[in-house]
Amino acid sequence: MFTFRVLIVDDETDFLETIVNRLQKRNIEAAGVLSGEAALKLIKEKPFDIVLLDVKMPGGMDGIEVLREIKKIQPIAEVILLTGHAAVETSIEGLKLGAFDYLLKPVKFAELLEKLSAAFEKKNAHEQKIRGAILREMAGFKD
Amino acid sequence: MKRRLYANLQRKIIFITLLVSFIPLILLGVTIYYQFAQVFKSKIEEQIAYRARVQSNAIELFLKERTSILLAMADAYTFDFLSDKKNLEKIFQIVNNRVGGLIDLGIIDSSGRHVAYVGPYDLIKVNYYSEPWFREVESKGVYVSDVFMGYRRVPHFIIALQRQETNKRWILRATVDSDVFEGLVRTAQVGKTGDAFILNKAGFYQTHMRFGGEILSKSDLDTTIFGEGTSVIEKVNANGKKVLYAGRWLKKNNWLLVISQDAAEEMTRLFNTKQMEIIIITAGCILIIFTTIFTTHMTIKRLENYDRKMNELNAQLVHSDKLAALGKMAAGVAHEINNPLAVIAEKTGWMEDLLTEEEFQNSQNLEEYKKSLHKIEEHVERARKVIHGMLGFARRMEPHLEDVDINKVINETITFLESYARTNNISIINELSSDLPIIASDHSQIQQVFLNLLTNAIDAVGKDGTVHISGLSNNSEIAVSVRDNGPGIPKERQAKVFEPFFTTKKSGKGTGLGLSVSYNIVRNLGGTITLESEEGKGTTFTVNLPVVIPEKK
Repeated sequence: MFTFRVLIVDDETDFLETIVNRLQKRNIEAAGVLSGEAALKLIKEKPFDIVLLDVKMPGGMDGIEVLREIKKIQPIAEVILLTGHAAVETSIEGLKLGAFDYLLKPVKFAELLEKLSAAFEKKNAHEQKIRGAILREMAGFKD
Repeated sequence: MKRRLYANLQRKIIFITLLVSFIPLILLGVTIYYQFAQVFKSKIEEQIAYRARVQSNAIELFLKERTSILLAMADAYTFDFLSDKKNLEKIFQIVNNRVGGLIDLGIIDSSGRHVAYVGPYDLIKVNYYSEPWFREVESKGVYVSDVFMGYRRVPHFIIALQRQETNKRWILRATVDSDVFEGLVRTAQVGKTGDAFILNKAGFYQTHMRFGGEILSKSDLDTTIFGEGTSVIEKVNANGKKVLYAGRWLKKNNWLLVISQDAAEEMTRLFNTKQMEIIIITAGCILIIFTTIFTTHMTIKRLENYDRKMNELNAQLVHSDKLAALGKMAAGVAHEINNPLAVIAEKTGWMEDLLTEEEFQNSQNLEEYKKSLHKIEEHVERARKVIHGMLGFARRMEPHLEDVDINKVINETITFLESYARTNNISIINELSSDLPIIASDHSQIQQVFLNLLTNAIDAVGKDGTVHISGLSNNSEIAVSVRDNGPGIPKERQAKVFEPFFTTKKSGKGTGLGLSVSYNIVRNLGGTITLESEEGKGTTFTVNLPVVIPEKK
């Protein structure tokens, strides 16, 4: 299994740290930031495969706003939304904006892993398509 | 308290209405009666006075006629001629033929000796010199006497006149026929009790009364109260009856003609009127009383009803306010608890992760740790369920309208619960009418409601029992009932079942939110949810949903 890079954005430090630890323990490259702004900054520095994004963070950028920005900076990254309360409406809006899926907090870890790998697969497939396209283009060029 | 208030109000309204209706009515009745009585009485008095006047004229005329004819006789004939009994007899005959009303006729010389006499009595020998009337006629010339007994010992009155011849004075005297005279007086009698009689100045009867009052006896009527002309007085007689008297002086104020009339007899018509009026007014009053009581009663009843409905409405409002406040609080609490729960869950997971590392594998209590962590996870999961329930309760649920086939929704729900029910030996009996209409509503919300109701019903039965689902519809409503034969809900708890967090299930089995969520859903969909329960027999929840025909697409 490929290892992939996950960025977790959540304002709850304890939650953030633990998730990062648990993912890293499973050999997933995980990083955590406490705010949307920090997340955007980090994404600009280096790309992530998947962003796990809490939509409800007090102060700072709203989750949906962050999602929009991420999609601008790195459209190929898959975003999984975390909703602290059952704001299904927000999640639906997120999905419309291109989020991969949403999870209700508190999340069962197994479920999270499933979602992450599914997202990663999707991203991979997508990337392969892009690569394939590039290859065909290159082959065409060679011809 | 309220009841007494209304009873008081009712009494007040009735009292005031009656007062306001009765006073003018009775006042009007009394006034009209007295006005009428006055007019009536004056009419009667006028009438009786008129009769007295007419009758007195007739009597005066009677006396005048006789006096005139006697005067003419005395003027025409001499004492000597008249002293001859034959002549006197002849003249008496002529006079009686022409005018009548005389009993006898006599000639008396100045010494009072009866010179000649024609009549039924033997009076030829008597001397009138000492009689009172003899003096009167000597002084006055013409004299009509009061009634007296005289020598004949019979009540009578006379007309006497004196003539002066060259050397002698003589007197012509005639006795008026009492029968004729009284007959004349009596023509003024009217009715069953009416009377007419004559009194002299001193108040002695000059004619017979119709009832009692012997001639020449003293009347209890005081003649002095009758004035000039015709006067009418009202008096209570010896029998205690009101009697009207009309009196008119005759014969140069020596005689008083009295016409009497029982006031009661005359007033009978007035009494009839009075009675009629009393009957009408009484009937009117009774009608007013009944109407007033009836309408007031109705009004107060209606008022009470409105008041009660208002109170019920207020109670409902308070109830839904309470539910809304609880919902808000639940949302807040849920959100605040969610984050710590997430951390706890993750930390536990992290600890489990760490336990897999080698250094812990030899730990004596590894299994205990694992078990404890597992327990923590289990309870976090339990808390998570509660929170989700609360959020479901608190969430603003905007119904998403779509075509909903109630039959289908319920059948799906039953299928979902069937295996669970079967393991507990509970049969779910579907008695839904198959022609329930398809309505515009929210499929998933309705499903949630019936899922809650059916789950509750199955949990209430516990083991070995039945759950009935029945449904009916009319034009405006679909009513679906879920009936179980469980233990039922005690009365005091029935009001609470729709409150959030109210549960009778074992801790950990129910959140106490199912029914309150269902209640909110049904209310948002414009329906109602009600329960009927009897301890020991079971519980029936009935959901009424409005039939909203889906728009044609």
